[in-house]
Amino acid sequence: MAKIYFSEEHEWISVEGGVGTVGITEYAQTQLGDVVFVELPEVGASIDKGDDVAVVESVKAASEVYSPVSGEIVEINEELADAPGLVNQNAEGDGWFFKITLADDSELDDLMNREDYDAFVEGLE
Amino acid sequence: MRYLPLSADDRAEMLRAIGAPSVEDLFVDVPEAVRAGAVFDLPDHQGEIAIERAFTAHAMKNLSPGCAPSFLGAGAYRHHGPAAVDALVQRGEFLTSYTPYQPEISQGTLQALFEFQTQVCMLTGMEVANASMYDGATACAEAALMAARVTRRKSVLVSGSVHPHYAEVTETQLRFTDVACERLAPDPVGVEDLIGRVGPDLACVIVQTPSVFGRLSDYSALAAACHAAGALLVVAVAEPVSLGALMPPGEMGADIVVVDGSSLGMPLSFGGPGVGLFATREKYLRNMPGRLVGQTVDVDGRRGWVLTLSTREQHIRREKATSNICTNSGLCALAFSIHVAMLGEAGFAKLAAVNHATAVKLAQGVATVPGVKVTTPAFFNEFAAMLPKPAAEVVEALAARGILGGVPAARLFPSYPELDNLLLLAATETNTEQDIDALVAALAEVLR
Amino acid sequence: MNDLPIPASAAPGTVTGNRGLTVEEPLIFEQGSAGNSGVDLPEPFDVPSRLGGLARKGPIGLPGLSEPQVVRHYTRLSQKNYSIDAGFYPLGSCTMKYNPRLNEKVARTPGLGDLHPMQPVSTVQGALAVVHALAGWLTELTGMAGVAMSPAAGAHGELCGVMAIRAAQEAKGDARKVILVPESAHGTNPATAALCGYAVVGIPADAEGRVDIAALAARLGPDVAGLMLTNPNTCGLFEREVREIADLVHRAGAFFYMDGANFNAIVGRVKIADLGVDAMHINLHKTFSTPHGGGGPGAGPTVLSEALAKFAPLPFVRKTGDGYELVETAAEAGPERSPFGRMKGFHGQFGVMIRALAYAMALGKDGLRQASGDAVLNANYLLARLKDTLTAPFPGPCMHEALFDDGFLKDTGVTTLDFAKALIDEGFHPMTMYFPLVVHGALLMEPTETESKQTLDLFADTVLALAAKAKAGEAEFFHAAPRLTPRRRLDETLAARKPVLRWVP
Repeated sequence: MAKIYFSEEHEWISVEGGVGTVGITEYAQTQLGDVVFVELPEVGASIDKGDDVAVVESVKAASEVYSPVSGEIVEINEELADAPGLVNQNAEGDGWFFKITLADDSELDDLMNREDYDAFVEGLE
Repeated sequence: MRYLPLSADDRAEMLRAIGAPSVEDLFVDVPEAVRAGAVFDLPDHQGEIAIERAFTAHAMKNLSPGCAPSFLGAGAYRHHGPAAVDALVQRGEFLTSYTPYQPEISQGTLQALFEFQTQVCMLTGMEVANASMYDGATACAEAALMAARVTRRKSVLVSGSVHPHYAEVTETQLRFTDVACERLAPDPVGVEDLIGRVGPDLACVIVQTPSVFGRLSDYSALAAACHAAGALLVVAVAEPVSLGALMPPGEMGADIVVVDGSSLGMPLSFGGPGVGLFATREKYLRNMPGRLVGQTVDVDGRRGWVLTLSTREQHIRREKATSNICTNSGLCALAFSIHVAMLGEAGFAKLAAVNHATAVKLAQGVATVPGVKVTTPAFFNEFAAMLPKPAAEVVEALAARGILGGVPAARLFPSYPELDNLLLLAATETNTEQDIDALVAALAEVLR
Repeated sequence: MNDLPIPASAAPGTVTGNRGLTVEEPLIFEQGSAGNSGVDLPEPFDVPSRLGGLARKGPIGLPGLSEPQVVRHYTRLSQKNYSIDAGFYPLGSCTMKYNPRLNEKVARTPGLGDLHPMQPVSTVQGALAVVHALAGWLTELTGMAGVAMSPAAGAHGELCGVMAIRAAQEAKGDARKVILVPESAHGTNPATAALCGYAVVGIPADAEGRVDIAALAARLGPDVAGLMLTNPNTCGLFEREVREIADLVHRAGAFFYMDGANFNAIVGRVKIADLGVDAMHINLHKTFSTPHGGGGPGAGPTVLSEALAKFAPLPFVRKTGDGYELVETAAEAGPERSPFGRMKGFHGQFGVMIRALAYAMALGKDGLRQASGDAVLNANYLLARLKDTLTAPFPGPCMHEALFDDGFLKDTGVTTLDFAKALIDEGFHPMTMYFPLVVHGALLMEPTETESKQTLDLFADTVLALAAKAKAGEAEFFHAAPRLTPRRRLDETLAARKPVLRWVP
């Protein structure tokens, strides 16, 4: 059963079997508006926690996506190239960005669970 | 003060509405000592008559290429601008509009730039083009930076075929970045080995065709070598009219093509403003600098155009932008585009043919002068000729006879004494047989 | 791409899709017939080709049109543009002032407009005199030691200034690492600093919209190469502590770059050398009235202090006895100069310089002072007329532009963008929106000195009426605006998701 964590930069990571699937949160996609392009990392890239690994662009804004964990990129969501709107339609599902191996499970301890993240977002508004 | 509509009464009434005793009081935030101390040793306002007289006096001190047989090139070429081009460019709706950020009231500029982008793709044989850069030299520098972004490599090689201004601007632009720039010596006869220098660390090779010495080269093999090594090939073109007669760089396998467009649509204007054309492959689109116009529809479903992909640009991306460029050369791009539209397919091809034939005629003529040797075997509308004495002296002597007889290579490459006797000569559709005869006769006299 | 609706099919109400003077116009590639041309050329000489086997094999793909077809095409396109000739353009930070026609006329003087850049220097003495004369105006108006004339636009001038700073720091032995940029800066500032290899560190604004001096002092240190500060700033306010800022920067061994985008507010009244500035670009297409041309060409000559002037780029004009020389190489520049390189092909935007010089001569020192005074007066008049209805985040007086935020639209369902689009239907170009970023939903209005009180009153009356309409709950009216333009709101998401950047057959 996958477990899901959230970062203060509005990324989510769902962890199962030592691999995390990363995307941006529903809150982040509403803030951005229509997503028109997502720049993804290369498969095989080795990433440190906090590195800017992807860029998500709307018509009028571009935001860096920071990796919530360290590890190696094992897969990217190829469908986003033709259908960046998936991020708007289903940010925390089909609109995922990349999958990454977990170099250090303890890094997850710095992240929030759903409840804490929801409270965090509420505090921003 | 003919440009200022406010009357004294207006000013008084407006100050009352603001609640300020005087205009000076509105400047209260500017330190008083700074305001009080500002004394300007400058004249007061003048009328149109005085100003026209002053500029006419300046103009009289120059030798206008319109009044002399002129064979100047070296990156700027004198072509005839159709009267309609300047008339259209001077329409206030084009001349005095801003960058088309409000698309509903800028469809004219936007559609014209979309057409310009299309023309640039057609002429260069490339897939996408932007809405213009400052000029060919700055576009070349932007191409080097873009190649470094695309390849994530940190070195750039500039061929000796490239105009030294393009090379120097590229060198300057890279000087404070982490990308190294290697410049090869000027290569008038085409002996440099570029393929042998392509290696795994190279972001791009930059070449020019026709070269600064007028030479034509097929860069297809170089393109293949670059691609095999993971590098890009950047091709610079200083004379866009050549694209009507020559195999386009896109067909040779170029990844980025930069062109100085000033040959078409605009007056020479002592070298500026010009316009830089910038084209590349679709796969590199997101790494491209400059503004882009894209097609879309409005809420009623009607076709229209907008500035698009602007997240690459400085006003959104700030320090992570693909370039710091903001204002570019919109009106010059429009002028270029109108001139190309006036020419059309048949006119463009014929313009190129006339240019080439006139240059061949010129080469035949100067080759008859004792001691002069044309050293460029294949060329478009410009070639190099070796003289029996320094070209700079010859050019001055020709100018004294009222002829603008080419550009000495030494002016471009002052630190290469072996080029002192080399003269660059260009001919265009503006040159007549009489012009050529006059130059040949004067050259024979000067060299006697 | 060609499955998009063709223009004539969609416009409502008429057979053609045209509406009176607004005429639908297809792309130029959708017109003409092969073989036609709008230019009659001489026949080529009968000589053998010397293209060396590199001749073009296929067609370019251009359409063929006669001269009247081309003239009509571009005339129709022009009629779909707003322009300063036709109406009020209160675009903050852009300085859309009237562009005198005399400037266009003198730029076309035979013997100036048609000069070749590589003519022998002995045959262009008048051209060099023009460059030198404009340089003289710019250094006298700013009190600065030198000026680099070749930068092609404002951002290019910034690059020139920061490169001079970097060269000067390197000459002192350490390039340093950081350029400080206030949060309210134009995007070009951080982009320029990055091009010079500097990291960009933001400095916050204080509650009055000005640089937070304490934060600046705290961040200055031996790693800081310079500060880039727009003054008057992008909130339309003069940085009243600019002298203290300059002193702080200099004490830290850094240089003070003042972004001159807003120089038009103080020209003829303030010598920026007296503010402690080391470098500033001057947008000739703003302060000196040269036309914007739908996005250029501009010019960005950059004035430099004594400490930076020796690093100015090549080429430059030097007075020699009774003539001028054009210095094109470091060797010719001499030992007292260390040019950091070359920024542009040939000698800079000569055609723009002619226009700017004609403007400077037309206004003179008295007129330039009057112009900056009227620009500031007009902005303060708009502020006075609007501030009780719109929300002004910072108290006045302002300089040449007035800033409002979207507080007055709160809970109306109308955004700054909607409000601006409604202004379009009223015949005005919108103000600058969502910039500067330091206030929410910014509306930045710069009227310039070339607008009459009558125009300002009509604009203010319109803005007030629209604000009342927004507050009355008529959000739908705003969401549907503009209605009366050649195109209504365009789908920018579609344009960016599926880029169509050229016509294909």
